[in-house]
Amino acid sequence: MVALSDVLPGTRPPRRLDRARRLHLLLALLVVLVSLASLTVGATGLSLGDVLAKGLRGDALSRTESVVLLDIRLPRLAMGLLVGAALATSGAVMQGLFRNPLADPGIVGVTAGGMLGAILAIVLGGLLPAALRALTGAYLVPCAAFVASWATTILLYRVSTRAGRTSVATMLLAGIALTALAGALAGVLIYKADDQQLRDLTFWNMGSLAGANWAKLTAAAPIILTAIAGALCLGRGLNGLALGEATAHHIGIPVQRMKNAAILCVAAASGAAVAISGGIGFVGIVVPHLLRLATGPDHRALLLNSALLGAALLVGADMIARVIITPAELPIGIVTAVLGAPVFLWILLRQRGVVDL
Amino acid sequence: MLDVQNLRVSLGGKTILDGLTLTARPGQITCIVGPNGSGKTTCLRAITGDLPFAGRIALGGQDIARLSPRELAALRGVLPQASTLAFPFTVAEVVQIGLHRGTSGAQSERIRAALGRVDLGAYADRSYQELSGGEQQRVQLARVLAQVWEPVADGVPRWLFLDEPVSSLDIAHQLQVMRIARDFASAGGGVVAVMHDLNLTAICADKVILLAAGACHAQGTPGDVMTSDILSRAYGCALHVGQIPPPGTPFVLPHLAALAAE
Repeated sequence: MVALSDVLPGTRPPRRLDRARRLHLLLALLVVLVSLASLTVGATGLSLGDVLAKGLRGDALSRTESVVLLDIRLPRLAMGLLVGAALATSGAVMQGLFRNPLADPGIVGVTAGGMLGAILAIVLGGLLPAALRALTGAYLVPCAAFVASWATTILLYRVSTRAGRTSVATMLLAGIALTALAGALAGVLIYKADDQQLRDLTFWNMGSLAGANWAKLTAAAPIILTAIAGALCLGRGLNGLALGEATAHHIGIPVQRMKNAAILCVAAASGAAVAISGGIGFVGIVVPHLLRLATGPDHRALLLNSALLGAALLVGADMIARVIITPAELPIGIVTAVLGAPVFLWILLRQRGVVDL
Repeated sequence: MLDVQNLRVSLGGKTILDGLTLTARPGQITCIVGPNGSGKTTCLRAITGDLPFAGRIALGGQDIARLSPRELAALRGVLPQASTLAFPFTVAEVVQIGLHRGTSGAQSERIRAALGRVDLGAYADRSYQELSGGEQQRVQLARVLAQVWEPVADGVPRWLFLDEPVSSLDIAHQLQVMRIARDFASAGGGVVAVMHDLNLTAICADKVILLAAGACHAQGTPGDVMTSDILSRAYGCALHVGQIPPPGTPFVLPHLAALAAE
């Protein structure tokens, strides 16, 4: 490399974007490794090596083994990947949209809104006409979470943005208010819930991947994957928005349409993630922030890198949650909060001037 | 040709521009001047498509209300008065953001050339947020230049709209920026600049548009518009326009005789 740049005058050291794009591969590899490790780790002590060896010898898996692997660990892994990617991507998009590294669906109340939607669907879903219920099926809860997240994001954006400028203080304070309001309404609903519904509801507050099953996944995966795919197209628009709304318009970005698309992506990804895994915090703030430190803020690479690192991080955190107090397990929301809250405080310290109270 | 007919803009129920009509030609520098609150920036923002307006604004014969942001971006670049950057982009990245998708092959070459143009060639990998206000403004100018690099594309003149382009620059860079504007105009592009400094305007402008109270007070060559009488009335204070060498270039001195005499 050094020799090459000596020979060709004007050859620059690798640009950050190129480095960020090379990181795609590394992170994809990391996702694969973490996934394999996650399939191996668990309370039953079943190792992937044994399973593979059996498969190679042509032996059938025992019933326990196949249940553990195919019905417990695999859906849980898939859910961890999906939710991690969804949370990190929606964090990155939201930070671009609000032009601030502190914006995160969990912190500004979008997740709380999504939870409220999901709880509404769980508790009041039974009141829907049977035909409608049959039609929506397992999609009812994620869709309700998505719509509620969407409404929350739009409300939040309206409250905190004046004339194209987002006030960080207003955004964070509005997030507190929205979270409190959603929590209160959810509390009222919880009084109305029956025992089964209560069991469904308890895990929301913790955030956990323990409820993973294929039915939930098939309901949420299309929403999350579409949202992430949509978000990946927003790179150039969010870069433009970093220069301000007016400038984004001047360089040819259809700002209003782009913002609507971004809000939709954030709501869909975080809403669907909340619907299947509850409130897992801080992934959306830690992952994009680390990546910006490493390879710069260019959204054209940041969004995909966020999805990959988010997926790897959540699956990794889930492994920690599963093994740290075996045979019981820690709610993963606790793990991500322990990892994430200090990072959030660190960003706050470094950006004290930004929060213009 | 920039053709603004009967432009009316209201913001928050208050009429800012009331029936403004003006024109600007490619190949020239047109400066918009006027007292605070006369509607200079509002006028520029309407022309660049940032504000809803009534009336008609045509750029090169095309009604700008009918052009998409992308088509507009290919036709004109806009230097805003102040810019904040949300994330720690480098200088080169900021310039790159303004480029169209299609120019990827020649991108780094053009970014370097644009930065060289504003004397910031060595700053490409510096963090934008760590630069001084004046340097940031020059980076933004480089971004705008890179966006409309050829002043004439396919026979169609392109435009630079500059909102107080020299407001935070030292005198040397003020002249440098106006020199860049002059070169752009000489190569066939159009330049419209909102200006505060009347003397700089007198030196640079081919045409001066003097706004007062949301309407065009006077327009024409600097010699026509910048007379003691017209300026004093527009700005509401006594101004005396004198002549110093080189002959033919007006210069403006606030007339403080009334204060000094006491």
